[in-house]
Amino acid sequence: MVVAAFLLLFLVAPVIRVFQAAFVEPDGAWTLSHFGAFFDQGLMRESFLNSLQVAVLSTLVAAAIAMPLAYFTVRFEFRGALLIQTLGVLPLVMPPFVGAVALQLIFGRSGTVNLLLNEWWGVNIPVMEGLGGVVFVESIHYFPFILMNLTVALRNIDGSLEEAAQNLGGRGWRLFTRVVFPLALPGFVAGASLVFVKVFDDLGTPLVMGQTNLLAPQAYLRITQVGLEDPMGYVISVLMIVFSIAAMAASAAVLRHQDVTSVQKGGSQLQRRALSPLAAVAAYAWIGLILCVTLAPHMGLLLLSLAQVWSFAPLPDAWTLQHYARVFEDSGGMIGNTLLYCGIAATLDVVLGVAVAYLILRTKLPGRQALDWVATASLAVPGIVLAIGYLRLFKGVSLPGSDTLLTSSWWLLVLAYAVRRLPYALRACMAALQSLHRALEESAENLGATPWRTLRRIVVPLMVGGILAGFVTSFITAAVELSATMLLVSAESQAPMSYGIYLYMQSVAGRGPGAALGVIAIVVVALGTWWSHRIVERTDRRFATAQETT
Amino acid sequence: MKKVSVQCRGIGLSYGSTEVLKGVDLDIQPGEFFALLGPSGSGKSTLLRLMAGFARHQRGELLIDGVDVSARAPWQRQVGLVFQNYALWPHLSVWDNVAFGLVERREPAAVIRQKVGAALDLVGLADYGQRRPNQLSGGQQQRVALARTLVIEPQVLLLDEPLSNLDKTLRVQMRQELLAMQRRLGLTTIFVTHDQEEAMTTADRMAVLDQGVVQQVGTPRTLYDEPANAFVATFVGTNNLLDVHLQTNAHSSSARIEWPGLGTWPWAGAVPAGAPSRCVLSFRPHAVTLLPTPAPDVPASCIQADAIVQSHEFCGETTRYRLRVGDHGVLADRPHRSGLAPWAPGTRVTMQLDLGQARLLV
Repeated sequence: MVVAAFLLLFLVAPVIRVFQAAFVEPDGAWTLSHFGAFFDQGLMRESFLNSLQVAVLSTLVAAAIAMPLAYFTVRFEFRGALLIQTLGVLPLVMPPFVGAVALQLIFGRSGTVNLLLNEWWGVNIPVMEGLGGVVFVESIHYFPFILMNLTVALRNIDGSLEEAAQNLGGRGWRLFTRVVFPLALPGFVAGASLVFVKVFDDLGTPLVMGQTNLLAPQAYLRITQVGLEDPMGYVISVLMIVFSIAAMAASAAVLRHQDVTSVQKGGSQLQRRALSPLAAVAAYAWIGLILCVTLAPHMGLLLLSLAQVWSFAPLPDAWTLQHYARVFEDSGGMIGNTLLYCGIAATLDVVLGVAVAYLILRTKLPGRQALDWVATASLAVPGIVLAIGYLRLFKGVSLPGSDTLLTSSWWLLVLAYAVRRLPYALRACMAALQSLHRALEESAENLGATPWRTLRRIVVPLMVGGILAGFVTSFITAAVELSATMLLVSAESQAPMSYGIYLYMQSVAGRGPGAALGVIAIVVVALGTWWSHRIVERTDRRFATAQETT
Repeated sequence: MKKVSVQCRGIGLSYGSTEVLKGVDLDIQPGEFFALLGPSGSGKSTLLRLMAGFARHQRGELLIDGVDVSARAPWQRQVGLVFQNYALWPHLSVWDNVAFGLVERREPAAVIRQKVGAALDLVGLADYGQRRPNQLSGGQQQRVALARTLVIEPQVLLLDEPLSNLDKTLRVQMRQELLAMQRRLGLTTIFVTHDQEEAMTTADRMAVLDQGVVQQVGTPRTLYDEPANAFVATFVGTNNLLDVHLQTNAHSSSARIEWPGLGTWPWAGAVPAGAPSRCVLSFRPHAVTLLPTPAPDVPASCIQADAIVQSHEFCGETTRYRLRVGDHGVLADRPHRSGLAPWAPGTRVTMQLDLGQARLLV
């Protein structure tokens, strides 16, 4: 009940409030006129089409990057598998808007690559210009979603299905397009829909790149410049939610058939083959190229954070550590804020995650399915929309026990983080609980433990790996979240690191310290990711034999 | 320890429209070692889980020691269940696993120490307390599961396929250990199995279940020698089932059976009540005697017939022949001595069946 109330109050209610504002006249009558007004404005029409275009193109480019990589790892015997896996995580440990700044330094008009190209051959590649630049940054950042999902899906294909096709004469490209890829389609769709949603909703990247003719930046500008009463911001929000939910629903529909593709009992994975020399060269070249491009933002950021002077040169002209010193001096509070907010949010998430997972998997509570949908649907609510909903819903509400306004306290930030990251924690908890054999709980009850005691003494301790993994995932993704943060931060003293980086990056003088703060954020996120992998692996190993017997 | 009885009175259980148990009646005596035998899907595991409180029956009542416990939650019943996969908690040591039930009962620490030590002693794992369950072999895990259940001194011990996860040698050994322990404790024990050999060698009495209905209850010998119906006849051991005609004479009590196409013979055995004229003759492969040539004279109660060998299977102590007798297939065992060569398929042989070893089933 508490769980349901939390979700209703902090997820459903704000979204409903946003919808209401988009469909209601000032006098309270229902109307579609706001939408009419939206499509009457050239700027809005353009933003809408731009957003769709950028999201679709980014998904396609990301797929083009990820598909060969996934296919290489699963299909061929070669040593790059580990490299590809690393590749798969590297971009994700950097907030996308930070990546945008760093990529500007490497691939921008006066970035390292173009300067070198210009010097040697007198050419320029304008990858960072305009909307194409946004597509470039977003696809570099989000292709791992497709890579990871597709790899898992390919791994789960029963090798005999492909062998049967070969036995009947299928081979080469036709074998791939007619048998292998269709079988892996659910994984591909899951990854691609996630990329689409993320790109469609992203606020930080286009803002940093100065591309405001997209939906998310327009919503932000409307709310911050015109005000909370402007219906246009709500119309944009509704459009964003509708498209996100449509993309998620499409992928859920495809995923429903996923179980047919998994490896049957006694089956084996796809056969690995040796690469021909020519193909090996091509494979390594492709991986090398992707690796360079993926690593570019990290390198750029690191260089920027250490650079004293860096303009119109391939590399900085002088080096310094003073940016780091300044960051620790000025922004210690921001680092502390991030730890505090994300810590609370992630704790909330795992508590809710365990509760929801338990309710869904272990009880026959009516409406438990709806709980799952609602909790998962928060993936489809863009951060900026949630923030707008909060500002509107909690306008004038004070924090219990004091007269501080809720909208000017940092609690809204924590709540927004918790709600938006709940799906990650929930998935981790569900997976952990699903792998627990029911008999482990039944034997406790058989020996006299009530369900509550069983939960405490058996279920939670056995889920600890999943719970920690969920905590870390929620924590690190909340640490790099910017879109809700930008609207909900009411005073600079309350700002977390992600907002700090954004502020620094606004001015030329601040780019050094901003980069330093970015490097710190990356290190935190990378450590967290690595740590959560370790935890999951260790728990898996610890309980491995126990699960074999089930 | 007080020995208690377990009674099922018309227990019915459905999941949606699927009837899993259809009016099960069982009377399990205090201190009995009782087997529930049946194929998968027969409802035997459901019946066991129901006794432990993990499934709720919609009809009938379940009495333990004469008290209806149907409404009690699992943790309120003193019924120990050993799970098929043992369900040892991987995050707790062997000692903590065994101590769990006592801790839940808020026993004083000293009592817990003493009882857990005794329970581990009982199963021969006194030195293994600090190990983790996944550091133990399958047989040792089973013993820990048993100790964990016995330590709470349950009224009834339930075993769900207790030996199915062990390899063959260990299975025979654990079977004997289980039985010895049950005899020593005198604990009413009910165990579920799909392995008829396991049930026959250990159980005092057993019940055969099929499709949610108890087909027959009795000692292993009764079920083997006097199966109540065709299902029991084929599920417990192997049986030949032949369709025969029963000719009863209303005036005298004499009866004859006709093996279609082969002849008629006097039937001196029991005739099931209300038997129709078409019956099933049931006899074991080892009730048949195989000879190379017909014997000159046979008693009237003995069927002698020509048979053609179709295939054979060497089982060690015997060779099992699949024969064609008239239009019927018959399984027959021939005792093996070393050096005895099998008859090749196609060989004509003679089979003899003593009707005293056969039964008529409806």
